[in-house]
Amino acid sequence: MAKFTLQVNGQARTADVAPETPLLWVLRDNLDLVGTKFGCGVGQCRACTVHIGGQPVQACMTPVSSIGRKAVTTIEGLSANGTHPLQKAWCELDVAQCGYCQAGQLMTAAALLAENAKPSDEDIDNAMAGNICRCGTYLRIRAGIHRAAELTATGIATKKETAQ
Amino acid sequence: MNPYEAPSLTEFPTLDRRDFLRLTSFVGGGLVLGSFLKISGTAHAAEIAKTAPSGDFTPNAYVRLGLDGSITLICPRPDSGQGVKTSLPMILAEDLEVSWQSVTVQMADLNAVYGSQTAGGSTSTPTFYLLLRQLGTTARVMLIDAAAQTWGVPAAECFAEAASVHHKASKKSLPYRDLVAKAATLPVPDAKQAVLKDPKDFKLLGQRIGGVDNQKIVTGQNLFGLDFKLPGLVYAVFEKCPVFGGKVVSANLDRIKTLPGVKDAFIIDGTKDLRGLMPGVAILADSTWAAFSARRQLKVTWDEGAFANDSWDGFTKQAQDLAAKGTGNVVRKDGDVDAAFASAAKVVESAYSYPFISHANLEPQNCTASVTADRAEIWAPTQNPGAGADIVAKVLNIPKENITVHILRAGGGFGRRLSADFVIEAAAIAQKAGVPVKLVWSREDDLRHDHFRPGGFHFLKGSVDAAGKISGFRNHSVFFAGGLGADEFPSRFIPNHLGLSSVLPNNVPMGPWRAPGSCVFSFVYQSFIDELAHAAGRDPVEIRLELLGDKGMVPGTGERGTPYNAARMKAVVKLVAEKAGWGKKLPRGQGMGIAFHFSHRGYIAQVAEVTVSKSGDLKVDRVVCVSDVGSQIVNLSGAENQVEGSIVDGLSAAWRQELNIERGRIVESNLAEYQLIRMPDAPKKIECHFLKSDNPPTGLGEPVLPPLAPAVANAIFAATGKRIRQLPFAKTDLSWS
Repeated sequence: MAKFTLQVNGQARTADVAPETPLLWVLRDNLDLVGTKFGCGVGQCRACTVHIGGQPVQACMTPVSSIGRKAVTTIEGLSANGTHPLQKAWCELDVAQCGYCQAGQLMTAAALLAENAKPSDEDIDNAMAGNICRCGTYLRIRAGIHRAAELTATGIATKKETAQ
Repeated sequence: MNPYEAPSLTEFPTLDRRDFLRLTSFVGGGLVLGSFLKISGTAHAAEIAKTAPSGDFTPNAYVRLGLDGSITLICPRPDSGQGVKTSLPMILAEDLEVSWQSVTVQMADLNAVYGSQTAGGSTSTPTFYLLLRQLGTTARVMLIDAAAQTWGVPAAECFAEAASVHHKASKKSLPYRDLVAKAATLPVPDAKQAVLKDPKDFKLLGQRIGGVDNQKIVTGQNLFGLDFKLPGLVYAVFEKCPVFGGKVVSANLDRIKTLPGVKDAFIIDGTKDLRGLMPGVAILADSTWAAFSARRQLKVTWDEGAFANDSWDGFTKQAQDLAAKGTGNVVRKDGDVDAAFASAAKVVESAYSYPFISHANLEPQNCTASVTADRAEIWAPTQNPGAGADIVAKVLNIPKENITVHILRAGGGFGRRLSADFVIEAAAIAQKAGVPVKLVWSREDDLRHDHFRPGGFHFLKGSVDAAGKISGFRNHSVFFAGGLGADEFPSRFIPNHLGLSSVLPNNVPMGPWRAPGSCVFSFVYQSFIDELAHAAGRDPVEIRLELLGDKGMVPGTGERGTPYNAARMKAVVKLVAEKAGWGKKLPRGQGMGIAFHFSHRGYIAQVAEVTVSKSGDLKVDRVVCVSDVGSQIVNLSGAENQVEGSIVDGLSAAWRQELNIERGRIVESNLAEYQLIRMPDAPKKIECHFLKSDNPPTGLGEPVLPPLAPAVANAIFAATGKRIRQLPFAKTDLSWS
């Protein structure tokens, strides 16, 4: 066991865990951030996607000891009140069915939009191909990313608004 | 539970006293009793009122209006993504005359007042639609009565709108919150006598309404089974024998107990119930990862039992041998198939097969339990809380009244969570450990210890006569459980028909998988009908319409038979052909395929349009779907989502999913080998049409899935001339030149 201090969603958070413990379980069991999901444990479903240093990574494959002082962002930290354009678009288009994979979908999509403000269908398919949605909401996910891009472009979502 | 049978519909709203007695003697009592009381009188209200803050208005078990103006609607059935936590309360809100924004939805615990709380068989809408309309109306009528009495005017002069009661003549209004105290003192009218408003006046039903948990989902709040925590909780993993039904001989428990974070490790003897508490080794630790890590050091000696040599290849050989012998249980015999074949213009013989597959819920099975010698409290992502309570009572010998089951949101259901194996495992481990336990299955556990969608084999022979009509059909089905139904389409529609059924001995745990039976039968029969159409040189839509004929409602066979409304089916087939532009000329490598299927009270037809490259790469360009699920869609967004999801799921299952069995165990271990569909392979476009018919509204969780696989397979044939007779599609080389 060893103490690790992580920068999670803008806060310093400390956990006393074995160094090889995947970030996923530190978030869920130690830090009570349960939005990041366990689906396969081998990086195949990407329900556990978080951002480390702004890049989407699989938390289930990332030992806590490898993170250092790099900024970790989870679904809970994607926006202050659920007001990220993707979160708004997801609610507007009623994307989720069971909803279990959607945190991972949103984190992957957020990384895409940060690099490519107006992605094509093909850009989206390529970026999202790693994330499984068992319920099959892919068409709505794709539409949701387009809608979020549109919300951002028109500035609707950049104003401070409270969550619905 | 028969893996070919979904939970059946229990139509509480229409029960009379005699039906009630018959049904309770059939299903065994308690749960139905609660629902019967709910319909007929006020006992349930008293029951629920016990738990409500005093002074609240609780006219029934589903509605609670607070003195503070709060409006709480209670969802009786679990939500695993099918959307009932939104759609069922919408029905109440419509007739209660409250705005959707003003209500809070609460998931019920397991409680006999709600009748069956099993979310399966696409039964939630047909079971609850009329009942919730009646109960919403009854509550509204009581609030109107309370206002009318307050004002001293006839109730008939008052109406309710936007959570207030209004008096037309005097223009007086009172919000519900000011009527709660008085309404709570009024007698509850008989819900069956409620005069329902005209559907043309609906404000909410039929609209697109977002899921009630959406905000929590997109912000990652504590919501799902796996998210739940209790003080003093210990994390558990449970290793079972990879060979189905195997038992623990010994395990290196002493070593395991020394590992970091491990609190305890012990053997659970289990029972012989393949879908209940199987034998295994439990490891308890202070974190999920500590339990997972310790498990990697676990060494178990297993008694693998009598089925350790079973294999898919072996099953296939046995099925072929049975088919060659031609012996099987005769489940259907109409006319004379041999005579039809002898006089036919064309005879076609084909063998179809499909493998075992997993439900692969993205949230692996899990459950939290706090259990003593005679008391249990369970928090489960389940489709079937009643089954959880039943098995805990039976195996741990705990009185039913001492068992509480809390229903948590489930990360996918698809039938897997109708089983309660993960519930009894958590409960048994928690009881033995003496501390609250959260059991977490790994993905590998989930794939290898699923209650699988059964594989199967169908040996078919069919004929068309000189006029090009389908004249004979012989079907020898070889299954792993259950048997061929006497009413499985095209039964009842072909004059000469022989249905034979055989079952292979095996020890594989099986369970209902989304649209049980139908999810594979539709592939087999709708593909074979296509083969017969092409043999006859007929158009696949035209021959289907001819097959459905002009019979209208076709009765079921025997007491449990299902009637088939051929007129409803013809209507969706005609409309889907029109919407899809059926018959348009496409270049080689592109094709359209049609299929239809009736299941779970829904009549569904689909046309798929595909492109197959010369090297055999498949793209599904477009799927057009027409669904007749009755007169009213409850939540249009939820309904469309179920249609889209069923089509994607149907394609996912048909394209690459298969589990192989070797040496009595599942070969595949995780999602690298067991391949679910991903975004680039999803259909590019899905067009969803609802054909409203004058029938009661029915469910959409399942019936849309079955026709997808044959519609795509038939389109692949149209594009390439390659006929797919084996699932998954990926086993067939689709290249063409």
